[in-house]
Amino acid sequence: MARNVTQQRKIINTAAAWAVGLLIFFPILWTILTSFKTEAQAIADPPIFLGFDWTLENYQAVLERSNYSRFLWNSIIIAGGSTILGIIIAVPAAWSMAFVPSKRTKDILLWMLSTKMLPAVGVLYPIYLLFISLGILDSKIGLVIVLMLINLPIIVWMLYTYFKEIPGEILEAARMDGASLKDEVLYVLTPMAIPGIASTMLLNVILAWNEAFWTLNLTAAKAAPLTAFIASYSSPEGLFYAKLSAASTMAIAPILILGWFSQKQLVSGLTFGAVK
Amino acid sequence: MGQIRLNKVSKRFGEVEVIPPLDLTIEDGEFTVFVGPSGCGKSTLLRLIAGLEDITSGHIEIDGADATNVPPAKRGLAMVFQSYALYPHMSVRKNIAFPMRMAGVPADEQARRIEAAAKALNLTDYLDRRPGQLSGGQRQRVAIGRAIVREPSAFLFDEPLSNLDAALRVGMRMEISELHKKLATTMIYVTHDQVEAMTMADRIVVLRAGFIEQVGSPLELYHKPCNEFVAGFIGSPKMNLIKGAEAAKHGVATIGIRPEHLDVSSSEGAWKATVGIAEHLGSDTFLHIHGVEGCDPMTARVDGELPVKHGDTIYLTPQLDKLHKFDAQGLRVD
Repeated sequence: MARNVTQQRKIINTAAAWAVGLLIFFPILWTILTSFKTEAQAIADPPIFLGFDWTLENYQAVLERSNYSRFLWNSIIIAGGSTILGIIIAVPAAWSMAFVPSKRTKDILLWMLSTKMLPAVGVLYPIYLLFISLGILDSKIGLVIVLMLINLPIIVWMLYTYFKEIPGEILEAARMDGASLKDEVLYVLTPMAIPGIASTMLLNVILAWNEAFWTLNLTAAKAAPLTAFIASYSSPEGLFYAKLSAASTMAIAPILILGWFSQKQLVSGLTFGAVK
Repeated sequence: MGQIRLNKVSKRFGEVEVIPPLDLTIEDGEFTVFVGPSGCGKSTLLRLIAGLEDITSGHIEIDGADATNVPPAKRGLAMVFQSYALYPHMSVRKNIAFPMRMAGVPADEQARRIEAAAKALNLTDYLDRRPGQLSGGQRQRVAIGRAIVREPSAFLFDEPLSNLDAALRVGMRMEISELHKKLATTMIYVTHDQVEAMTMADRIVVLRAGFIEQVGSPLELYHKPCNEFVAGFIGSPKMNLIKGAEAAKHGVATIGIRPEHLDVSSSEGAWKATVGIAEHLGSDTFLHIHGVEGCDPMTARVDGELPVKHGDTIYLTPQLDKLHKFDAQGLRVD
């Protein structure tokens, strides 16, 4: 009897999880499907789910019209660059908060996170003007810096949570063994925190890859990443849903593949410290 | 060389004075044990010597040089932690090599010292394993190996055996004592276990609430405890402290008699009492006795062959030459 109840509950849970999963994934699935339709089929009413003539013409058109590889390259540089820069800055910050906390460490952490609650548009003007006067508008370096700053609170917060799990005695042992602060961070702390650092980096790459507000507002042609590539297909001449979908699919494909292969790492990273 | 001198050293955490100013000299080559109940400041004192905590006032000298503001890495001391504190991502070999790597010791010399340490500590077969694949005792030996290869001027042990089971603890206790005999290096050892203190130490420092209560050899502390606290803390089972009329007969506030210094008879003696619990250890029997005025229960250590059981009436007589006397402040009266 009890077994039946647990079995039933298991089935219900599994079904519910699949339903939520499909619901979340549906827009992506629909985009991918639409990218293989003709423009006419894409706007057909009622919508066609699978019974359409599969075509690659949208991809051809998109590749002819835009320089996909340049956008891709910009996205890689911006997402990768901001992540690496962020980690370099966040590791020492998280180290000091985790291992030499002061009375105000918790406040600082909360304050850092609170900056994420600020609507980005609120600081668009000052940053835009700053970019003009520094001459870094529409440059990759400018975007690397901005996206690094945007995501830094999350990186510091995540690393802090990881570092908190590392026993302080191990770092003290390193100090007793003659390690300088640099040696301690480089040879003991960082290797021990590799799983945490990896999942933090992964999450940050995803966030930076998908970031649209700053990338659209601060770039024009030279530094435009894949977000701008997608946006360029919602044009005043009218919406070409199939081509827009093809562009979107091409833009999200690299990060989707990266996410798929590293999902185990990502999940363990996000739930780290939650179960112990 | 490894003389350590503490000069008016004190430590405050905010408003709380954990260690009031104290002076202490640990001689070169000495095995010193800091012992006391938990929260007495013994670990803090060790961490002050290590440099892992900053002292609030005073000076620390190591080998005659002022080390007060020297970072832990440069003090030339090695420490073994209660949690072993091994580097989990490194093999045993790399763990032991780490301090030498930090000191820039040449690779061939590193290999030689690792081999020697591994041989001395029975770790040769485990050099390529990770700490996670070792038992508690083996891990603690790796931690000791890591300390030895530094060739430090003194070893600091912070309750190194507390995480081991009882049988292993006795074995490791001997190994550490043997190591001290072989290396003849200064060792400071923190424990709350007075048996460890008695068996290992050349000199014991008894601490309570940051104050040094008494410093002396194990037998000095056993035979001449300077106050009631030390009398009660050193020795197992604990000394019986008797107050009231019995103490007044000797003209003091408290008298103390160790369980092994009570003569037990079934027919006559100074105090008539009833046996509560008899703990038969084989070689000895510990009797927990009720009915002696001013000390209830009293403990007596008697021969294991003595036929006593719960509820028996017995007579106790203290060996007068082994009696300890304390005044109203708890200080020893001779």
